[in-house]
Order: sequence, then C-alpha cells, then structure tokens
Amino acid sequence: MKTRTILAASCLFAAFGIAHAEEPVKIGFISTFSGPTGQLGQELLDGFNLGLKSVGGTLGGRPVQVIQADDQAKPDVGRQLADKMIESDHVQIITGVNFSNVMLAIAKPVLDSGAFIVSINAGPSQYAGKLCHPHYFNESFQNDTLPEAMGIYLRENGVKRVYLMAPNYPAGKDFLAGFKRTFKGDIAGEVYTAFGQLDYAAEIAQLRAAKPDAVFFFYPGGMGINFVKQYAQAGLKDQIRLYGPSFSMDQTVLPGMGDAAVGGFVSTFWSEDFENAASRKFTADFEAAYGRIPSPYAANAYDGARMLDAALKASGGKIEDKAAFQKALESVKFESVRGNFKFNANHHPIQDSYLAQIVKDAKGRPAMKRLELIKADQADSYASDCVMKPAK
Amino acid sequence: MNSLLLIEQSLNGLQLGVQLFLMAAGLTLVFGIMNLINLTHGSLFMIGAFVAAAVLARSGSFVLALVVAVPATALAGALLEAVVLRRFYHRGHLDQVLVTFGLILVINELVRMVWGAVPVPMALPPLLSGAVNVLGVSYPSFRLAILVVGVIVALALYFVVAHTRIGMWVRAGASNRAMASAMGVNVELIFLLVFAAGAALAGLAGIMAGPISAVQVGMGEPILILALVVTVIGGIGSIKGAFIASLLIGVVDTFGRVLLPPALGSMIIFMMMAAILAFRPRGLFPVHG
Repeated sequence: MKTRTILAASCLFAAFGIAHAEEPVKIGFISTFSGPTGQLGQELLDGFNLGLKSVGGTLGGRPVQVIQADDQAKPDVGRQLADKMIESDHVQIITGVNFSNVMLAIAKPVLDSGAFIVSINAGPSQYAGKLCHPHYFNESFQNDTLPEAMGIYLRENGVKRVYLMAPNYPAGKDFLAGFKRTFKGDIAGEVYTAFGQLDYAAEIAQLRAAKPDAVFFFYPGGMGINFVKQYAQAGLKDQIRLYGPSFSMDQTVLPGMGDAAVGGFVSTFWSEDFENAASRKFTADFEAAYGRIPSPYAANAYDGARMLDAALKASGGKIEDKAAFQKALESVKFESVRGNFKFNANHHPIQDSYLAQIVKDAKGRPAMKRLELIKADQADSYASDCVMKPAK
Repeated sequence: MNSLLLIEQSLNGLQLGVQLFLMAAGLTLVFGIMNLINLTHGSLFMIGAFVAAAVLARSGSFVLALVVAVPATALAGALLEAVVLRRFYHRGHLDQVLVTFGLILVINELVRMVWGAVPVPMALPPLLSGAVNVLGVSYPSFRLAILVVGVIVALALYFVVAHTRIGMWVRAGASNRAMASAMGVNVELIFLLVFAAGAALAGLAGIMAGPISAVQVGMGEPILILALVVTVIGGIGSIKGAFIASLLIGVVDTFGRVLLPPALGSMIIFMMMAAILAFRPRGLFPVHG
C-alpha cells in the first residue's frame, strides 16, 4: 500500500516536472544533541546550516526542509528516528550522524528503503569496504584514515617508540589499529581506558615510566580534555609530544584544554588556517554567526551541504531520479574548504592529509596551525574490498 | 612496578579517593539524614565548577573563585531543597530518583543555555601549577592540594558531626528522625542546613576538579556514580564510612586500572562493592540502628 502511494506520487511528479521546483528536498538530520557529546550534533548542524546559507538556502534551486532529531548517541534511538523519518516524513537523504555505531544501526534500513545516506562525519569501515552501496556516500573521512596518516608521518620522521592510548570501545580500537597499520615501529605500550574516564593520573604515571618517544592518543570530547590537562600537569607536555587525529585536539575541545594542548600535533584534512578562498569565507562566516572558531566537524558539514547543492544542480534538481542523483554525486565538483576533494569508487573521499600543530592564535586562543602535507590524495584502506553494485 | 612508581600510584589513588570523598560526604549525609536519594548532587558539582571557571576567567583569582563558587553552590542547593526536594522526603525512593533525574536534565540544559555546549577553560592557579617532591616522586602540586583540602574537610566534618551540638542534632536526625523532632530539634532547619552544606561540598569538589578535568555540561554524572558506590560501601549516612570507602575505592581503582586488563580494571570497584555488600549489606559503617 505504502509503496504504491509512493509510486503513484513519483509518477505524478514525473508527469508534472514543474512540481519539482516547489516541492522541498527533505533531509533527515540525525545527530547527537544531548548528553556529554551533545555538542557534536550542534557543531555539525551549525556547519551544515551555514553551508546551506552559503548556497542561498536552496539545494539545486529547490527549497530544503531539514528535519532534525537527537539520537542521544544510542544506536537503537537512531534506528527508530531513521524509520520514522523514512516512513512518515518521507525524507530523501539522511545525514548528520556522528557516531559510527549509530550509522551501522541505521544504514541498512535507510538504504533498503531507497533513500540516500550522505555522511558528514561517521565513517565506519564496513560501508567503505564490503558493504559499500550505490546510495551510501561519505564526504567526510573513513575512520582509519587520520590515524593512518599520523602513522606515516611518525614512521617517516624517525620516531621509534610510540605509546598508544584510547578509550575501550570500537572506535578507540579502530583508531589505534589504523595507526599501527602504517606506523610499523615499536609500540611502547597500548592502553585502553574506560569510556568516559575522568582521571588518568595512574595511566600517565605508567606512561612516563615506559619512556616512549611519542604518545599517539585518541580521546574525543571531555575525555580528551581530562587527559590533555592532566598530561600537561604531570610535566610531560614538553618532554614527550602528544600526537593524535584532529578529533583529539580540535575546536570542540581546545577551548577547554587551553594552554595544556599547545605544542601537540594532529593529523587532519582541514584546519582553521587553510588558505583557500572557500575556507577563509567559511571560518569568517562561522565565527561571525556563532562566535567561535569552527572545528573540522563543522567544516565537513559545511562541505556536505555545498556538495549536495552542486550535485542537485548537476542533476537538474531532480533528486527523485535516483540514478541521476547518484551519478551527479559520484562526479560532483564543488569548492571544498579542504581544497582537494573527490570521491573514490567506494563513495568515500580521496583527499590530502596534513600535519598541524596546536599553537596560540592572534587572540591567544589555542588553534590548529597547518605545518606540512603528509599524504596527497589519501584513499582509505577498504576501497579494494568494495564491489560497487550498479545504480538502482 | 618499582618503588617510586608504587609511591606515585599510591598518591594517585589517595588523591582520587579524597576527591571522591568531597562528593560522597554530602551525598551520604543527605541520603542518611533525610532518606533522600539526591541525584542532583552531580549537578551541584557541575554548578560549582562552572561558577568558579566564570569567576576565574573574569578575575584571574582562584581564591576569589573559591570564595564565590562555594556559597553560590550552597545557595543553589538550598533553593533546590526549599523549592522542590522538600516535598519528596516522604515519598518513595523511586519518586525521588525520578524527580532528581529530571532535575539533572533541566539543570544540564540551563547550564548549556548560559555557558554554551563547548567546554569552558579553567586553568590551574599559578601558585599550584608546578610539581613538588614527595618521597622522591615529582608530584603535581595541585593534586597534592586536593589531597590536603580533602583531609582538612574530612577532619572538620568529623569534628562538627562528633563534637558539636549541631552535629549531635544531625546524628539524632540520622538515627531517628521522629524522635529527634519530638525532642525539640528543628528538623526542617537542620535538613536545609545539611542540604546546603552537602551542596557546598559538592561545589568544592567541582571547583577542585575543574583545573584537572573538562568543565562541560554533564560533567557531574560520571563522578556521581562513583560517589553513590562510595556511599553504599561506606554505610549510608556515615562520614567515617564515606572517608574510608573513598580511599579504598581510589586506591583499588587506581591499581586495578594499572595492573588488570582494561575490561576487568574498569569493573573492579563494582565487583568490590558486590563483595562487601554480600558480607555487610548495610555497608562498612552502618548508621541506622
């Protein structure tokens, strides 16, 4: 019954092509807006809305309706929201998801329904490899790529012994595994701590005793603030340098870390001092609109909205023609704040990764400063497992 | 583990324990005396940290931050007691858990509205930003300060509860509320004072935690869980029990994290709680007769 209604509706739209112009593109924005990580959903939404605004508030000339919902960082809640958005709101694109475990819970039902997933953050390996899907696009990053980039940098710069730390949950293990895939040197210690841990004094004492050359850590959110502050207070900040993916020390946590983070290094696809025109406009507009420096999360979300606009323009605004929209996304051209960006065959990005250091900006705030290119045109390690099915 | 590392980890364990004690002391008093499960204790911890961070950012003085934030948290606690929680003393524990859980969500949103979702900075006081030598170990001086403050608070609380008239009323209220009331103790006032004092301690814990951890919305919840564990192990209502259980948990947790595999290390204190409750269902130092 339901499918028949949808079919009938799409026939109607096909017959009266003009209706496209008025009918809004419906986007379901599922992200985490509450709880300790509730800041991430807001950061992504702020970036996405600013991206929409930068292209005139429309996508490919069509009005947009963004339906926002809070997954509370829980896969089951995300799944319920996705089902509701597909069945009663009839969204055509789901985006916004920040946690990989939420993405894994919602991707199959959403894709089975025929809707598109355009990830602006979560990048689980499954959908970059074996589960890759014609309607699944990730324009941000695959989870493993930034730790892999840092592994390459430390290996090439003669760092011998590295101490690894991450929370004991799937993404924590993925990040350290990604690092080890490219680093190949000695691992002085590999420590997994409880998710949400407050105090790291005991782990830091063990770390100091192990005398590594460097520390690679992945602690998103408040955990990272706790760890970096306590690391600096233990007097280790200038003795054993901290390295991490951008999420460990970006603008969602840097204000809380303050001086403790200064001197640390991150691998990133974008930093707030990027020199291209799109990026300069983005950082200026973001600060004017929200009164803070944007993070790479917001940059990816901003790019996501602009990419959708470019793809819909290329396909004549007809998101209902799924094959055409898919093709338009695959070969999409837009001015990315990250500069060099294109989709790989597995619908995940090929982009440049950089080394950045945390320094103080002109106003004395800690911020990322881009130092050097680590790897140009970096693709993820799962693309070879992907056999992309023909368009539906 | 060599002896220097052993000393350092022991200090870490004691320091964590003392930090927990600051949280658990108020919780156990409120729970023991008013028979109220107060989950908003974590929110008071957060309020203390946020107010202190705001004062510190404007004035640059950590002492001023303490002087402003502790009374501010006590006031917030007193308001909470007088406006909402007072009506729940005679209700069941489930109602109390529901209302205080709801209040956690409300207070979190209020803090988010005032200070925003981005964690706020809170630096160490410059005087305590270095390290001191303790038995051959270079130890962060601020952590040592937490240790000292915690021990002073514990001694002061012990003195007040065990050797003053107010303490006598508090103990009377804790062991038999109806009888204390009949003997002419103004139970309502005592309750308000105890609640405000507990809130002040939670605020103090938040202020001391601010420089070493993230000052962000929801920061009180993880430590609230540990404080509840301390309260239950120590015996509900017992300051002495809370102090000993705090140190026990701090030390066991610290060494458990270092010596055991990660999954086991993060469970060890809950296993310890289960083991202690199996033999002493009312905790180590039960108060109620």
